[in-house]
Amino acid sequence: MDSTIVLFLVQDAIINGAIYALVAVALLLVFAVTRIILVPQGEFVAFAALTLAALHAGRAPPTVWLLVALGVLTFVSVAWRQRRFFDARTLAVAALANLALPIALALLAQAMAPLKLGLASEILLTIALVTPMGPMIYRLAFEPLAEASVLVLLIAAFGVHFSLTGLGLAFFGPEGVSTPALIQGSFMIGALVVTGQSLAVVLATVALLAALGWFFRATLFGKALRACASNRLGARLVGVSTSMAGRIAFGVAALIGAISGVLVGAISTIYYDSGFLIGLKGFVAAIIAGLSSYAGAGVAAIAVGLVESFSSFWASAYKEALVFAAIIPVLVWRSLVVGHIEEDEE
Amino acid sequence: MSVLRRNAQIVFALAVLAAPFSGVMPAYWITLFDYIGMSTLVALGLVLLTGVGGMTSFGQAAFVGFGAYTSAALTLDYGLSPWETLPISLLVTGLAALLIGAVTVRLSGHYLPLGTIAWGIAFFYLFGNMPGLGAHDGLSGLPPLKVGAYALTDPRDFFVAVWVAVTFAFVASRNLLDSRIGRAIRVLRRGSTLAESFGAAAAKLKLLLFVYAAVLAGLAGWLYAHFQRAVSPGPFGVVNGVEYLLMAVLGGSGRIFGALLGAAGVTVLRDQLQDLLPHLVGHTGNYETIVFGAILVLILQTAPRGLWPLIAGPPPPPARPAPDGKTSLPTREMPAAGEPLLEAHALLRRFGGLVAVNDVGFALRAGEILALIGPNGAGKSTTFNLLTGAQTLNSGTIVFRGQEHRTMTPQLSARNGVARTFQHVQLLSDMSVLENVAFGGHLRGRAGALRAMIRLDRGEEAMLLAEAHKQIERVGLGEHAHKPAGSLALGQMRIVEIARALVLDPYLLLLDEPAAGLRVAEKKALAGLLRDLRRQGMAVLLVEHDMDFVMSLADRIVVLDFGVKISEGEPQVVRDDPRVREAYLGEAV
Repeated sequence: MDSTIVLFLVQDAIINGAIYALVAVALLLVFAVTRIILVPQGEFVAFAALTLAALHAGRAPPTVWLLVALGVLTFVSVAWRQRRFFDARTLAVAALANLALPIALALLAQAMAPLKLGLASEILLTIALVTPMGPMIYRLAFEPLAEASVLVLLIAAFGVHFSLTGLGLAFFGPEGVSTPALIQGSFMIGALVVTGQSLAVVLATVALLAALGWFFRATLFGKALRACASNRLGARLVGVSTSMAGRIAFGVAALIGAISGVLVGAISTIYYDSGFLIGLKGFVAAIIAGLSSYAGAGVAAIAVGLVESFSSFWASAYKEALVFAAIIPVLVWRSLVVGHIEEDEE
Repeated sequence: MSVLRRNAQIVFALAVLAAPFSGVMPAYWITLFDYIGMSTLVALGLVLLTGVGGMTSFGQAAFVGFGAYTSAALTLDYGLSPWETLPISLLVTGLAALLIGAVTVRLSGHYLPLGTIAWGIAFFYLFGNMPGLGAHDGLSGLPPLKVGAYALTDPRDFFVAVWVAVTFAFVASRNLLDSRIGRAIRVLRRGSTLAESFGAAAAKLKLLLFVYAAVLAGLAGWLYAHFQRAVSPGPFGVVNGVEYLLMAVLGGSGRIFGALLGAAGVTVLRDQLQDLLPHLVGHTGNYETIVFGAILVLILQTAPRGLWPLIAGPPPPPARPAPDGKTSLPTREMPAAGEPLLEAHALLRRFGGLVAVNDVGFALRAGEILALIGPNGAGKSTTFNLLTGAQTLNSGTIVFRGQEHRTMTPQLSARNGVARTFQHVQLLSDMSVLENVAFGGHLRGRAGALRAMIRLDRGEEAMLLAEAHKQIERVGLGEHAHKPAGSLALGQMRIVEIARALVLDPYLLLLDEPAAGLRVAEKKALAGLLRDLRRQGMAVLLVEHDMDFVMSLADRIVVLDFGVKISEGEPQVVRDDPRVREAYLGEAV
């Protein structure tokens, strides 16, 4: 193994690590605000890549039907929960967000797809189609469980992941896709070939993380989310709706997922179920960071990328086994560091 | 259990085992029930882990894989018979669980399930890539189970093997839960502090439960390997792990028969959906996951305790074993009144910059009631927690019966003969008062999990329950013994906690605001009980806000303010102390 290979593997690790970092940041955000470990985060990634591929091929993506279906389900469940304390305004807002918006987006996508307006508009439309799924999933699956334990929420998150994967297969079919690179071509840095896409991934990740930092520091919504993360009851007492915070967190997570999907589609072939492994690797990074530190998760994500690329070079058959086994020593270390055990009570 | 009921159960079990030979049961359903039985074993482990122990695992399918691959490799490569590989398969699975569990069970709530996902996936890829295990193709040509020369190859014959195993697993699990260890396991759900305050080793119990669940999964894997007579990595992935969890949640994650209901529900539903859904969608695929995921979420939203409690109602009261020759547990010899029992020297505890307890020291003698009082935030509860080891000392020493301790843990405190109650009541609301109280005697029993499973613990169990009954009667709650603890009034729950503490047979009783929420008559009864205990030589340390109660009862009082001891002495002395008046009333009077 010479230095070129090492550099190549490191480059690979950084690109993949950047994607995992995005997933990890979304997971941390959602966990902090809602205590939900968002297993389905990977689905947003896969669905975005599949949507972009369809749009780029000039077809209306099946995503529109998935979005409309989720919207209808969400509206029905919100209406059902309101059967005893009917509130016209909430219902009207829910109709707007879960019926009118998806249908409008669906019509837009149907109209735009055959025109092939170029990559930029396709990416924007992809993000617009995937992002609303986040708040819908929160309302549909998690809002009624807001007071449940972390364990119950985790099991529910797996249920959502299960359903979404099945829906992904039903709507997108089993074929894999790849999407065009954001920056075409490649260039040399020393002896290393750097593709435009790797540059795009790293730049986009850094830009997105900076934007998130700004969002949390400077905007009211961002501050409200931080308030919920630090103390749910306290946040409610000062008028922050935890349900609203949950929806925003899921929206931001879906947005990050959509952008990750746009980025990852040009690196590897994406299938309807590819999101699971991408999500889980982000997840490993988030766990290594103790489910609390964003910067730590970024570093850990690169570390996961390194383990992955080097083990695929040395023992490619055991690549996945090694990545996930890498979490065990981390847990050993944490179990030694964490002296006192805090648990969920009944 | 009455003889009639037991006989009815045996007849029912035999009828089930004979069903496939009756000719009425279609072959299709026989095979389906073979699978249901195997899944039930795995789901049973998860019910214990999730609903009873408050942990969970998404990786049980990997343990099924351990059982299956171990037996497959040993029968193929070394020519062992399946019966010879059975103990080895269970042992390998148990050891794997022990190693993984030792790493993960000490971690808080969500790290364990997260860990199980990670290693569940790791093992899945390992199974699929090890040439010795046939990689993605797996291993085939496994020998069938044989009884004598007769091979159990027909699903009908295999049915008997599967359901005999299920029956044994249910009996063992029920026996385990209905025992001293079982009570401690059920208490784990409330958090480690409660369990350890009565001497139960929380981490060890969690590990025990984790290994037991894994061994059940390994047993299912062993059966599966010799039913299919082939193994491949497919059925041992995380997707299957989640399906097993769905079974446990659907059936009812706190009740063992929920495992059977859940396994049957999911298996039959999958079977039906796999026929139906591809027709609806137009091409083939695992579309049943859509429905499974939705069911999982819906059950958690609408019936978080699962379907079994809806069908079967509340759990039956525990079996009441008859006491054997020995009628009661051995009790401690109480020290003579006035003998030094506990000395606290210069206790110090900081929380960040705040010194919550600063250089506090006092002594407590046998047969004495000492009250710890002070305004809110004075450090009473922290002092209490330092003495019981619930919080760690920054410095200072605790001398208990001549033994000096620089560190204290809840378990050590319980072993020393110190029993406590909690400021915020810590009872298992769905467990009966009797079982809650009997847990207090955890350290007075010796029977372990294996003895409990085969019911060699009955004599000891009878004595523990009799002792629990005695203490419940003593605190005046005899008529409530079989009610769920959660159905009592708050004041009564505090009294239940005292009964639980008494079952530990303590030298020293630590009571955290025992009179809060009691009516006047109940307070009088409580005071009478405490005087009674004092007469027998027990010492009582009391944190209490009710001044009338304290003044009339305590022999001596220690007053804390802002973490510092400001006064100590007999009630009258303390009452007249100007510093105490200042602390309570704000200024010198």
